[in-house]
Amino acid sequence: MKKILSVMLVILMAAVPLTFTACGANAAIEEPRAVYTRDYAGTTLNVFNWGVYISDGSEGTLNVNKAFENLTGIHVNYTTFESNEAMYAKLKSGAVSYDVIIPSDYMIERLISEDMIQPLDFSKLTNYDLIDDSYKGVFYDPDNRYSVPYNVGMVGLIYNTTMVEGTPDSWAVMWDEKYADQILTFDNPRDAFAIAQFLIGVDVNSENKADWDAAADKLKEQNKVLQGRVMDQVFAKMEGGNAAIAPYYAGDYLVMVENNEDLAFCYPKEGTNIFMDAACVPKNAQNYEAAMLYINFLMEPEVALANAEYICYASPNTAVINNPEYEYYENEILYPAPEDMPVTEYFHDIDPEIRSYYEKLWESVLLAD
Amino acid sequence: MKKTIGNIFVGLMYLILYLPLLVMVVFSFNAGSSTSVFKGLSFKWYVELFTNSTDVGVPVRNTLILAVVSAVIATVIGTAAAVYIYYVRSKLWKNTLNTVTNIPMMNPDIVTGVSLMLLFVFVGRLVGAVNSLNFFTLLIAHITFNIPYVILNVLPKLNQTDPHLAEAAQDLGSTPTESFFRVVLPAIMPGVTSGFMMAFTLSLDDFIISYYTTGTDFQTLPLYIFNMVKKPVKPHIYALYSIIFLLVLAVLLFTNISGMKDKKEKK
Repeated sequence: MKKILSVMLVILMAAVPLTFTACGANAAIEEPRAVYTRDYAGTTLNVFNWGVYISDGSEGTLNVNKAFENLTGIHVNYTTFESNEAMYAKLKSGAVSYDVIIPSDYMIERLISEDMIQPLDFSKLTNYDLIDDSYKGVFYDPDNRYSVPYNVGMVGLIYNTTMVEGTPDSWAVMWDEKYADQILTFDNPRDAFAIAQFLIGVDVNSENKADWDAAADKLKEQNKVLQGRVMDQVFAKMEGGNAAIAPYYAGDYLVMVENNEDLAFCYPKEGTNIFMDAACVPKNAQNYEAAMLYINFLMEPEVALANAEYICYASPNTAVINNPEYEYYENEILYPAPEDMPVTEYFHDIDPEIRSYYEKLWESVLLAD
Repeated sequence: MKKTIGNIFVGLMYLILYLPLLVMVVFSFNAGSSTSVFKGLSFKWYVELFTNSTDVGVPVRNTLILAVVSAVIATVIGTAAAVYIYYVRSKLWKNTLNTVTNIPMMNPDIVTGVSLMLLFVFVGRLVGAVNSLNFFTLLIAHITFNIPYVILNVLPKLNQTDPHLAEAAQDLGSTPTESFFRVVLPAIMPGVTSGFMMAFTLSLDDFIISYYTTGTDFQTLPLYIFNMVKKPVKPHIYALYSIIFLLVLAVLLFTNISGMKDKKEKK
């Protein structure tokens, strides 16, 4: 009897989250800039985006997907991925069809070259004029046919002013023995290699194996001062004062500094990685017209503003950048003035042979002491 | 002396087991958003979880629907399979069945996940499906890995019952179906329910197999949280986990207390 009762309790437990309802949620925009037809009401749109990469209604923010559903009657199936590579694997398997995906620059380059995404219908993307011209015609989509920029970001150096002397301006500080066991770095090969490549002055997209060897040697030197290789753990480590120096995305520094005022940020003089995530439509999309509505909706001033404030990365949308009410309006970290703009380099899609070569080198770096 | 060492040992053991959970519960009451800086007590993440529609409701609901449905189906199939295995006469055939049941359990999850995905994609191509991975492939995958655990819970219970029980019922005039539902099933019910509970928990937990077999329309909570690697986990997730933990604790306390009462009554 008691077991049956406990089974009933389990089912009760299952009923609890059904009470998470949309009441009180901020799920509508006040003045849509574009016109949104309800012709596709009742259809389903499959959206595939990075984790924690859309304003979702928490802490009183706008729930972008709900707002889109309310406006157009289209049901949004929203799922997330953790890396470009995971997204690519899912898409390549051919087992699923998404209508909107938001990968990064080099992945879009690969998707175009493998004929996996299709051109967008810009006559329907009436908000596209809001995108800043400096983010149009980027290397992965030189003719602006396949993608609409969603977010931009740069990597920089985050340090704790109580633990680091002076104001570092070079990646070299990540090799400084004074800070042994206080230094963190990226836990993925491309980002970790890039730091060494900027420091020794070789191209981050080099197709020359000798360049990658040199960067790997530099990374091996770093092993003795490293505390660890991290991704999201960087937040806890830096906020808690458990590490002195870490490279991470500029927008994420703004979140960390709210929890620990001792943190400071700089763009190293050798240069740094810039990335752009952009909305695309895969070849096998089932609901192309709804995808156009959704991508246009993402560029709405109110939507783009909510996303920019939720994600904290730089927005490519002029309606956000020029809005004095924007939380990060004229923020010098997200939007450096032209004279303070660091040297930046995009990651390009690298030849598979070089890719497997540096992945092997990465393993040797991890194993070296 | 021996006793104090024993007590210290047990104390340490429970500390290591429960400290992480305690830290999580404490940080779910954090006024700030950090996982390492405590900025004062606040219920705001709980309020957020229930009043404001963050999208976390969707993966939570998905996970629980999947867990309940897959556990129910796996329990039905698994119990039927266990009854069949129990009545098999040939020793060789019985041993073969038992071994075959055990293999999927020993198999690493990643192998099960990848092979299921390959199968689904292959079949999907054959029938020309646009989305060969979807909710049903995920459900089939979960039922698949749940069945062996149900069988493993039901078989020992069957072995404990008197093999002549069903025959006796039929001698007294019941049909085979009646004898199963009115005599055999009540006798093995504890095994069936614990099989169900196990299947439910395993399905709730599963990450790897779901990772490979889910499609565009159905994301479970473990997948949702895993995809947050670039950003810190939001404190409302801690609040959610604290609630799940408390519910599980309540279920366990309840079953144990009512279990003690049952025993007393029997005496």
